[in-house]
Parts: sequence; structure tokens; C-alpha cells
Amino acid sequence: MIRFVANRVLGMLVVLFLVCLFTFVIFFVLSPDPAVQICGKNCTPEAIDRIRANLGVDRPFWTQFGTFLAGLFAGRTYGTGANAIECAAPCLGYSFQSSQAVTDMIVQRLPVSATVAVGAAVLWLLAGVAGGLLSAVREGKFADRFIAGLTLTGMSIPNYVLALSLQFVLVVTLGWLPFPQAVPFSEDPLQWFQNFLMPWIVLAIGMAAVYTRLTRANVIETLQENYVRTARAKGLSPGLVWRRHALRPALTPIVTIFGMDFAGLLGGALITETVFGLNGIGKMAADSITKNDQPVIMGVTLLAAFLVVVGNMVVDLLYTAIDPRVRVGSTA
Amino acid sequence: MTFTPTELEVEGAAGGEAVREGAAAPPARGRHLVRAFLRDRAAVACSVYILLIVLTALAAPLLVKLSGYGPLEFDQDAVDPNLGGIPLGAAGGMGADHWFGVEPGNGRDIFARIVYGARVSMLIAISATVLTGVLGVVFGLVAGYFGGRVDMVVSRVMEFLMAFPALIFMIAVLSALPAENRQVLLVLVISFFGWPYLARIVRGQTMSLKEREFVEAAKASGATSAQIIFKEILPNLTSTIIVMTTLAVPGYVGTEAGLSFLGVGVVPPTPSWGQMIASSVPWYAVDPAYFLIPGSFLFLLVLSFTVLGDRIRKLLGEGAA
Repeated sequence: MIRFVANRVLGMLVVLFLVCLFTFVIFFVLSPDPAVQICGKNCTPEAIDRIRANLGVDRPFWTQFGTFLAGLFAGRTYGTGANAIECAAPCLGYSFQSSQAVTDMIVQRLPVSATVAVGAAVLWLLAGVAGGLLSAVREGKFADRFIAGLTLTGMSIPNYVLALSLQFVLVVTLGWLPFPQAVPFSEDPLQWFQNFLMPWIVLAIGMAAVYTRLTRANVIETLQENYVRTARAKGLSPGLVWRRHALRPALTPIVTIFGMDFAGLLGGALITETVFGLNGIGKMAADSITKNDQPVIMGVTLLAAFLVVVGNMVVDLLYTAIDPRVRVGSTA
Repeated sequence: MTFTPTELEVEGAAGGEAVREGAAAPPARGRHLVRAFLRDRAAVACSVYILLIVLTALAAPLLVKLSGYGPLEFDQDAVDPNLGGIPLGAAGGMGADHWFGVEPGNGRDIFARIVYGARVSMLIAISATVLTGVLGVVFGLVAGYFGGRVDMVVSRVMEFLMAFPALIFMIAVLSALPAENRQVLLVLVISFFGWPYLARIVRGQTMSLKEREFVEAAKASGATSAQIIFKEILPNLTSTIIVMTTLAVPGYVGTEAGLSFLGVGVVPPTPSWGQMIASSVPWYAVDPAYFLIPGSFLFLLVLSFTVLGDRIRKLLGEGAA
């Protein structure tokens, strides 16, 4: 078991390192010179050289990459002498646009993104498992087919189309929800809730559809297992068979997938936050793309990769703990 | 918008080599299959819609000639400059002149842009499907058949790519790269992150197929590895490949539209549905038609592919659970 965990952690570190390298290559080798961009209109060759030296982009690639990695773990210093700026670990550099530290920008926007993610996750997990169970119980009946239709629709509607449609119907036409305005929870809980309601729904619907299908398939499959037949043959009540024998193995895979999907939410949040104007990490990333603010895009990419990789690892470890059928040796 | 996991994939993720040989229901074959498909009204409706879009895409220049306005033509007479460029007339300026109305502001014909947008969407989605299909099948076959070190390398690469936050990374890559040849880049980037999902299934099935008697018989009669892979194993994977690729198409359509929506996909003035939806955002309260038209076309296309993939999977009896 210890060897398995060690292997996993090592694998995770390798993936993260490769992600860093990949991202770094793309941003600092392929994309246009950031110094020209910072320098602006009234630019002299000397000014460009000075900015390059300050950013460290005049040095060879591996030195730059080394400094970047060191910055992540131990912090780094930009410039020299009186102009030197200390960037504490984990240092992701400074935004070309606002000159803020990228790490600070991410931390500031984390609460909004977390609220969106957690709310949506609760919603899709509840809806998905409930829908899947209902479909499985009524397999082949009207409810099952109705839910199947809903899930196909939910899976197919692009989240920005859904977001704009909801906003158009609920806010503009019907006026059931107010126009979103940034308010903290402590000031106006109702408006806060109404602000987040649409993003939650939009982010949750596609996922809920996938989870419904998964739950349905898993439950139906489990009910055909021999041990369930045995339990039934022993004369256990249907309720007991469901609770004791069918649900646990059917829902374990859901837990696994949930961990990965939750960790990967940042990608979906990008579009949702942009459409609803929520000032989270996703919107920050979208804005920095239009402004070509490389350090910010790179910071968010690394954060997203970190979340996904760590999420995968936690799920892997959890899975071996929850489900004794998974043998450690075969997973490696 | 991302690659939606199907039950097939999830099996692989959750239980390792849980690919079942031969599904529960005996799969329909040949003419019987076609008849079963034609009896399924939803599947037929979806196929008709997809066919319609494909034809539209192919005949785009012709259709635009019929309607009279090109996708890049400005028509300032169709918008009201005193109202900030809102289209004149009801429902976003729809009428005999502009069939789907015009864009607010510059008065470009929406019908022409939808038609040419279909071209871009289909071209990118189909190219990405073909490319991921080839990559996925080849790598999956090679990894599954040869096993050992080859398998380890391929599997590690797949794990790495699937652990990547693909959407964010695609955005990052596309925003960093220069804007020329955006459509080719889109196909490459989508395929780069897309092939492992097919390869993983193909690998698993190849591993179980290569233990079967007919492969052993072929080996004993002196067939080469290439012959066994392409003549013995590949034909047995046809239905899996058909199902997996059909199920992947809606993901690619959605991804292209999403990337264009975020401004890193197809570059203006080339029209794309996602890009049209993005530019309709500031107008949707005053001119909902501008948003509803590309939105509905996109939604219906993704829905059609999803339903079609779902039906084909049921017909062929893949992943019947």
C-alpha cells in the first residue's frame, strides 16, 4: 500500500512537472515577446532591453524555466538594486495588465469560484443520483424514457447557450430574477442567492445528465449481480436489498468520477463566470486571454492542472479504500 | 463542451479491464440493422437534420447566391443608426430580404453567416473526428496488441493527456499561438487531447481479442503482426469504433463553438456559430433573434449527434448496460 501511494505521488509530481514545462514552452517560446507588449507605444530599444532584463526573458530557456520553478517553491526577485521586487512563493509572476501578483489575483477570486463550484456540485450530484435511481427503478417505463430524453437534452445544450437563454427568460422576459449585481452574502442574502442560482444551474445541468446515465447504468448492472439474486432469494425485503446490496457498489464509481469532475470544474466555470459576469478565476482567465496577459493565463492553467492531477490522485487513493474489489497491484 | 464520458469509457476508468466481450443483447446485423434504424423516428429525424446541415455547408456559396447577401457584406440600410444599430423590422430584421435577419450594428446577413458557419463547424468537427479516430485506433491497437513496453509508453501518454485540464489548456495554447490557420490549429489541438478516449477502449478490446482462438489460428498459419492487427482484430472493433466516434462528434462541435465563443477559436471575419453567439451577448435583450438563431442551430446539431450516437450504440449492442 505504501509503495502504491508513493508511486502515485511520484507519478503526480512527474505530470505536474510536465504540465509546467509544456505551459512554459508554449508561453515563453511560441508567443510574442512580452517586453514589446509591456513597453507600449513610445518604446526605445534600450527600454525593451531593460524590461527584458527585468523579466529575465533575455536569459536562456532552461535558466528561465529553473527560475520559474524556483519561484513556485521558494519565491523569486524581479529586477536588481532599488527596483527589485520580491515575489513570495508560490510566485506565478505579475500581470502585464495590472502589475498585480498573479497569486494574489487568484486568491482574491477564489471565494467566488468556490461558491459557484460547490453549489453546482451539490445540485448536480443530487439531481444526477436521484434521476438515475428513479430511471433504474422504473426501467423501460415512461419516467425512465422521459428522464432519458431530458439527459440527452442536458448533455447537448452548450452551457453558454443555456446561460444566455436562462438569463433572457428569467431576467429579461419574466423578471423573476434581478439583474446580477455583486453583493456579499452578509449584506443581502437573497440577492446573493439569486445571483448564484443561474450559474449553479448552468454548470450543473450537463453534469447532472451524465451522472443520471451513470447512476442508472450502474444500478441496473448491480441488480443483475449474483449476490443481489442471492439476497433476494434469501427473502430479504426489496428495500433492504437496495440499501444493503445494490446502492453501495452502484454508487462507488460515482464518488470516483465526482472527485475528478469537481477538480476539473475550472474549465466549465470559465464560460459560466464570463456569461454571468461573476468575478471569479474563470472570468479572470477569460479576460486575460482577450488582453493576452500571459502570466495570468499561465497561472490559471497551472492551477487547473494542479487541481485535476491532485483530484485524480485523491480519488485513486480513496477508491482503493472504499472498494475492496480493486486490487492495488492492477491499478498501477 | 468537454469530452462527455460515455458508459463505455467509465467502465475503463472504474474497473480497469472491464470491457465485456459480446454484449447482453445480440446485436442486429445487416439489412435488419438498417430496418431497425429506420423504424427509430428520433434517429431518423437526427440524421435528417445532420444531413441538412452537411448539405447546407457544402452548398454554402450557392445558397448565399440565392439569398442575395454574402457573409461578409455590410448592409447599413437594414439597421437603424438612430437606435444604435438595431435591425429595422420585427424579429431582428427577418423578412424576404434577409431570411434570418441581420446582425445589429453592421447589418451582415445572418442566414449567410449561419450557412458559412455550418461549413466551419462541420469541417472542424469532421476533421477532428477523422484525426482522433485514426490516432485512437492506431495507438490503441498497437498498445493492446504488443503490450509490454510499447503499451506502457502509450498508456502513460494517454494518462498524461487525460489528466490535463484540456479546455483550459486548449484556450491557453490557442491564445498563445499566432492567429493564422486557426482552423487547422483547432483541429490539431482538439485531436491532440481527444484521441486517448478512443484509444483506451480500443486498447482494452484488443487485449481481450488477441487471446481469442481465431487470432491464435492466424498466428499459427504464419500471419504477420500487421496482418493479424488489420485483418483479424480491426474488423471486430468496427462497431466499437463507430459508436465511440459518433459519440465524440458532438463534443468536438461543442468544443469548437465554445473556443470560438471565448474568442480563441475561429478568427473573425470568418463566421462560426460559437463566435456569432458570443457577439450576440451585448444585444440579447434588445435583439433576441440574433442570439436564438445560432444558438438553436448549434444546440440542435449537438443534440442530433448525441441522440444518433446513443441510438447507434443501442443498435449495435455496445455497452448495453
